[in-house]
Amino acid sequence: MDQKNKTSKKPKNSKFSQQELPAWKPILTPGWVITSFITIGVLFIPTGLLALSASDNVVEIVDRYDEGCIPDSYSQKAESYIQNPNQNKTCVRTLRVPKKMVAPIFVYYQLEKFYQNHRRFVKSKSDKQLRDADAQDDTHNCFPEDYTADNKPIVPCGLIAWSLFNDTYKLSARGKAINIDKKGIAWKSDMEAKFGSNVYPKNFQKGTLIGGGKLDERIPLSEQEDLIVWMRTAALPTFRKLYGKINTDLESHETITAEVENNYNTYKFGGRKKLVLSTTTWIGGKNDFLGIAYISVGGLCLFIAINFILLYVFRPRRLGDPSYLSWNRQPIV
Amino acid sequence: MPFGRHERIRFSKIYSLSCFRPSTKDEHGQIGQKGYSRVVYCNDPENPEALQLRYRGNYVSTTKYTAVNFIPKSLFEQFRRVANIYFLVVACVSFSPLAPFRASSILFPLLVVIGATMAKEGVEDWRRRKQDIKANNRKIHVYRDHSFSQSKWKDLRVGDLVKVYKDEYFPSDLLLLSSSYPDGICYVETMNLDGETNLKLKHAFDFTSSLHDDSSFHHFKAVVKCEDPNEDLYSFVGSLSYNGEQHPLSLQQILLRDSKLRNTEYIYGVVIFTGHDTKVMQNATDPPSKRSKIEKRMDKIIYILFTTLISISFIGSIFFGIRTNRDLNHGSYGRWYLEPTRTTALYDPNRPILAAFLHFLTGLMLYGYLIPISLYVSIEMVKVLQSIFINQDQDMYHEETNRPARARTSNLNEELGQVDTILSDKTGTLTCNSMEFVKCSIGGVPYGRGMTEVEKALAKRKNLGQGDANVGDDSGRYGDPSGSVGKGIKGFNFRDERIMGGEWVNESHSDVIQKFFRVLAICHTAIPDVNKETGVLSYEAESPDEAAFVIAARELGFEFFQRTQTSICLHEIVNGQKVDRSYELLNMIEFSSARKRMSVIIRNAENQLLLLCKGADSVMFERISKESKQPFEEETKNHINKYAEAGLRTLVVAYRVLEEEEYKEWEREFLKAKTSVSVDRDDLVDAAAEKIERNLILLGATAVEDKLQKGVPECIQKLANAGIKMWVLTGDKMETAINIGFACSLLVQGMKQIVITLDSHDITALEKLNDRDAIAKASRESIRKQLMEGRSQLDLAKSSSVLFGLIIDGRSLTFALEKGLESLFLDVAVDCSSVICCRSSPKQKALVTKMVKEGTRKTTLAIGDGANDVGMLQEADIGVGISGAEGMQAVMASDFAIAQFRYLERLLLVHGHWCYRRIAMMICYFFYKNIAFGFTLFWFEAHASFSGQPAYNDWYMSFYNVFFTSLPVIALGVFDQDVSARLCLKYPMLYQEGVQNILFNWPRILGWMFNGLLSSMIIFFICKNSTIHQAFRSDGHVVDYEILGVIMYTCVIWAVNCQMALSINYFTWIQHFFIWGSIFFWYIFLIIYGYINPEWSTTAYRVFIDACAPTPFYWMTTLLVVVATLLPYFLYRSFQTRFQPMYHDEIQRRRSEGGESGGESEVPDRVKERIDLLGERMKHSHREM
Repeated sequence: MDQKNKTSKKPKNSKFSQQELPAWKPILTPGWVITSFITIGVLFIPTGLLALSASDNVVEIVDRYDEGCIPDSYSQKAESYIQNPNQNKTCVRTLRVPKKMVAPIFVYYQLEKFYQNHRRFVKSKSDKQLRDADAQDDTHNCFPEDYTADNKPIVPCGLIAWSLFNDTYKLSARGKAINIDKKGIAWKSDMEAKFGSNVYPKNFQKGTLIGGGKLDERIPLSEQEDLIVWMRTAALPTFRKLYGKINTDLESHETITAEVENNYNTYKFGGRKKLVLSTTTWIGGKNDFLGIAYISVGGLCLFIAINFILLYVFRPRRLGDPSYLSWNRQPIV
Repeated sequence: MPFGRHERIRFSKIYSLSCFRPSTKDEHGQIGQKGYSRVVYCNDPENPEALQLRYRGNYVSTTKYTAVNFIPKSLFEQFRRVANIYFLVVACVSFSPLAPFRASSILFPLLVVIGATMAKEGVEDWRRRKQDIKANNRKIHVYRDHSFSQSKWKDLRVGDLVKVYKDEYFPSDLLLLSSSYPDGICYVETMNLDGETNLKLKHAFDFTSSLHDDSSFHHFKAVVKCEDPNEDLYSFVGSLSYNGEQHPLSLQQILLRDSKLRNTEYIYGVVIFTGHDTKVMQNATDPPSKRSKIEKRMDKIIYILFTTLISISFIGSIFFGIRTNRDLNHGSYGRWYLEPTRTTALYDPNRPILAAFLHFLTGLMLYGYLIPISLYVSIEMVKVLQSIFINQDQDMYHEETNRPARARTSNLNEELGQVDTILSDKTGTLTCNSMEFVKCSIGGVPYGRGMTEVEKALAKRKNLGQGDANVGDDSGRYGDPSGSVGKGIKGFNFRDERIMGGEWVNESHSDVIQKFFRVLAICHTAIPDVNKETGVLSYEAESPDEAAFVIAARELGFEFFQRTQTSICLHEIVNGQKVDRSYELLNMIEFSSARKRMSVIIRNAENQLLLLCKGADSVMFERISKESKQPFEEETKNHINKYAEAGLRTLVVAYRVLEEEEYKEWEREFLKAKTSVSVDRDDLVDAAAEKIERNLILLGATAVEDKLQKGVPECIQKLANAGIKMWVLTGDKMETAINIGFACSLLVQGMKQIVITLDSHDITALEKLNDRDAIAKASRESIRKQLMEGRSQLDLAKSSSVLFGLIIDGRSLTFALEKGLESLFLDVAVDCSSVICCRSSPKQKALVTKMVKEGTRKTTLAIGDGANDVGMLQEADIGVGISGAEGMQAVMASDFAIAQFRYLERLLLVHGHWCYRRIAMMICYFFYKNIAFGFTLFWFEAHASFSGQPAYNDWYMSFYNVFFTSLPVIALGVFDQDVSARLCLKYPMLYQEGVQNILFNWPRILGWMFNGLLSSMIIFFICKNSTIHQAFRSDGHVVDYEILGVIMYTCVIWAVNCQMALSINYFTWIQHFFIWGSIFFWYIFLIIYGYINPEWSTTAYRVFIDACAPTPFYWMTTLLVVVATLLPYFLYRSFQTRFQPMYHDEIQRRRSEGGESGGESEVPDRVKERIDLLGERMKHSHREM
């Protein structure tokens, strides 16, 4: 129709529009396959060994005390023992140092079957209230630990804070107390930004139902490191949390006396409690899994590589055999 | 005025005008009733009654949305998709405490997705709006305040008087009042309506046709009562009251919007229907929207995922219910730290079933990541980009017509890669549709040297043996450049010095030759058109054949130069001198597909009455006079057969001298038949015509060639090699069709032909008896028998590699498509490698397409260029329009438009294959990545007592589909190539991957899903076990909820992106950029997000910089998990490419091993053998289907 002003509609000739961009087109040749499997194997096995040896260098003492700290007379009624406020709950445990432990030695408590990752639990806190002194009424996520019976806001509110772990440990070796440093166990970022330095505990643990530990109302939240550690919820139902650090070395075969105040009730839900002393290396604490996994994957790759080589040697593919094509082997519908 | 009133013989009298059926009496009786209530007050805008009617203005809007309704309407469109509704419900529920995440993090991806789709809709609609604005602002002359002045189309109102000039479009549906011709006729071109390029004649009433100049409308007033707006283009019921009289209106007086005024200086008309009331706008329904098979299957996968989602939520809620119930046991607590006594319904140990149900709803939201929210929008974006690449392909651009390929819809790109059967029109699709007059036989003597393409192919087939001296007299002179005819004449490729340049007078039968060319020059409906500037004469003809005849007559000295309403004037060269001769035109009996002939009755200067007739041989020979001797009937028949064999279209030319008496009597009868207003009017007209078209005297026959388009045989060969079956549906004669079949290598030497026809003796005998039922019965029987024979032939040849071609004619097809025979016919047809249906009507084309589509359940592609192919194009899974000579109708109905048939090869084998592969891989990968991610959430739940706590921070998750994994998959969908375009074309067998759908079959889809599940397990369990409770850094910190989330999420991002890198093998900088960029972006995001106020970033606050990044543990876990996750797929692929390769693996291997890029010659012989062998196998496998 309007052929007069004929502008050419010829497409532009560019590598892009003609889909001819230079491209790298790798394909899985036998060489490539074998090389990559061998490379993975060669890289992974030493890495795994390295990780394993690092884990091996970690000295770890684990002592389960939830059962041992119940007097025999209470063995069938652990709950009533733990719930009795007048009962003296101190119990003494003896730990043996298997190898020399070099400072810093980290003291952890380990809980099992404790679902800190339960949605009801995780949600039950108020970030705003923890950080901001003016936001003490911001408790809408904290039910049922939001207000006291006389309708005063609880600071810190919510189930997490309310269930604060309150067992305490005192360590001594050869009659001499070992100092446990409780400073610097929380994440710096939490102390700086998530917990306010002018927010003080209020109306905490004043209800009829006492959850866990109590807080000193004179100390601002940002310095209540036990609370901060506790409130950084664990990912899985078995977890450790830092209790403190020991800044002196512990010699091999040394016997350590741990005086445990067994306050925290895990008997209700059958959870275990453990006291853990551990050193760390560059890979962290003791866990052989990573090393073993590395070695297994690497080994598997080497194994596959060998099999491939054998397959190519003993069953080379005939070239130009169309019967290998997938649709020639599948009956066509 | 050139004609006095007494000698005005009106065109209406000459033409039988059978195509315009006047409405019958009873229809007119309905005027004023329901459906026929429109009243138009012509030229009376102030009339209070007219004002009351409030008909719509002429403003048209084809947009889907308006500024006001865009948001609600497009939102509504969006939420018609099941997946989107799900996400909307989730977003709404997310404001309740049921939600496992913050509402904003759910809303955000939904808004991004919806916003992107809406933006796309908006842009498309904006383009339509721009077109509307253009149409609405076109100029038209409207009668206002006693003079015609320019106005815009949109300001036109019903009842306005308008004046339309030559070559202008009609702005609305008009009632024709008068034209520049004295008797009020005008010509219109209706290409935009029905795609027909021929001119149509419209005719005003006598009493209005006298209104010839602007001033005569001063007192014009009339009232039109007519039907309400409707979409029927071929009927119109109404009446005009003028000067107190009622006149019935018919389509003859109606000019439709979007048709164009041609060959007429101007017309006057009254606006009857405006804007959306016009017939063309009423017709503007959206073409049926087609969805590709892959998308249909994708819906099923979505349902599978929904089922999975529901079942894992259900499992989760059962566990949750049980655990919750245990927390409060006869007043004693289980997990006291959850305070089971003071609780809400979400966690109420006293009502565990309610809690479980509410948790089920939470689970539906939490595991929602199984459903890829961005899948639809990504696919849509990818397809649009793919279409852009199709449009941009230089190898599908046609220089001569300046037309690139056009993907008119982007829905079907991947369907292009799965075509099993192509149904093709012939004329204009395989051929150029530019007819050239090449040969003729006059008085038993063949004229015209030169070889057609079909002849060349035939000669090649006969191994250049006997030659073809019979057809083109002495082929030795072929190609003689000293031909007296200039090469540049379009439609004329005739060389014969015996009759050219006026030499014909020296032939022994020069009188016959003279008559022959006179018939060609007079018996037609063409209109001469002299270019005023150059003085060059050209013709507007109904069909290219007709133009070729008129041009041939002109070149041989019978130049048709003027058509008045009653006469046809020729320049004839007599003894070297130009003589003007005028023939009085008395009647014209037009061509129709039923009559297959046309005739004119003229009176020549010698006052002789002549009937000139041309038509198809099948109808003409039976009308040749048996009484008078026809000395060259046999020779002519022989020549016609040879022409047909040479792939030419033939027509028989004859004439007859009429006696005055006979004519007068017949004319009376004919007029009566014409003016009768009954249902069988057409039959009466035909019968009347039959009476005069008899006892004809044979003059000869013409042969015109429709040249094959460039590259057609090669293209068909390639498509056949790709295993695509080809059906040609043509209107040609069987012989012509077969020969064209050979010429375009549809039929090849050594192929067995199964011919199904009804031209047997018994049937013709029955036809003479004219017993319709008996004929039908016998025909059915005969076809059944022929089909059974074909079946048994095919069965016999099953083991050998003989190929079959099926040829069936239109009449047989009618019966073969009936219920009883359809399955047998299809059964035979699908086993033949090519099928030709001759003499098929447009409707049959659509029926055949439907049969193939529904019978084989495979993808069909129809390709055609004309309005008669529209049905076929719309019926097929994919319609491809050739934007050729026959208007734009086919293109408008098509899904893809290309300029030449040969581009089909590239469209299918390259773009089709790529798009299929891309979309198939893309969808598989999409499901993979979402399953791999979604299931990690589930595994985490299993360790969080199914409480509904997500493993990750809200915003990590909401960015998953939108930022971290979307771009690589889009790059895959747009850019990936398994093999280059050159190799796609070189190994057409590769196309079978799409036809057999081996990249998107259920094992493959489920395999990818399983891989996703496996990945999620590997990711979760390695992460969990390596971080279990010990310190993960040297300062004694342990892994908590926040850190595990980051570690796992990092692993997921790495794993799915590396999986992408592993599963493609085409990396341009774009792929590298997107894949590695996505991973990099995750870290960037984590850093930025981590520095936002903890009120927003919550668990992500400084978690990367402070906690993860400095520790070797984090990086080591990432590396281990990624390698372990990719290992199963890598192993599978390593085995597969070696021991069970797919075809593209093979080609890739060839390329890398054999240095394919070096050149064609480097293909090892064994590859060729292999391909040949494969081809053989293909044939067998087709037969086995």
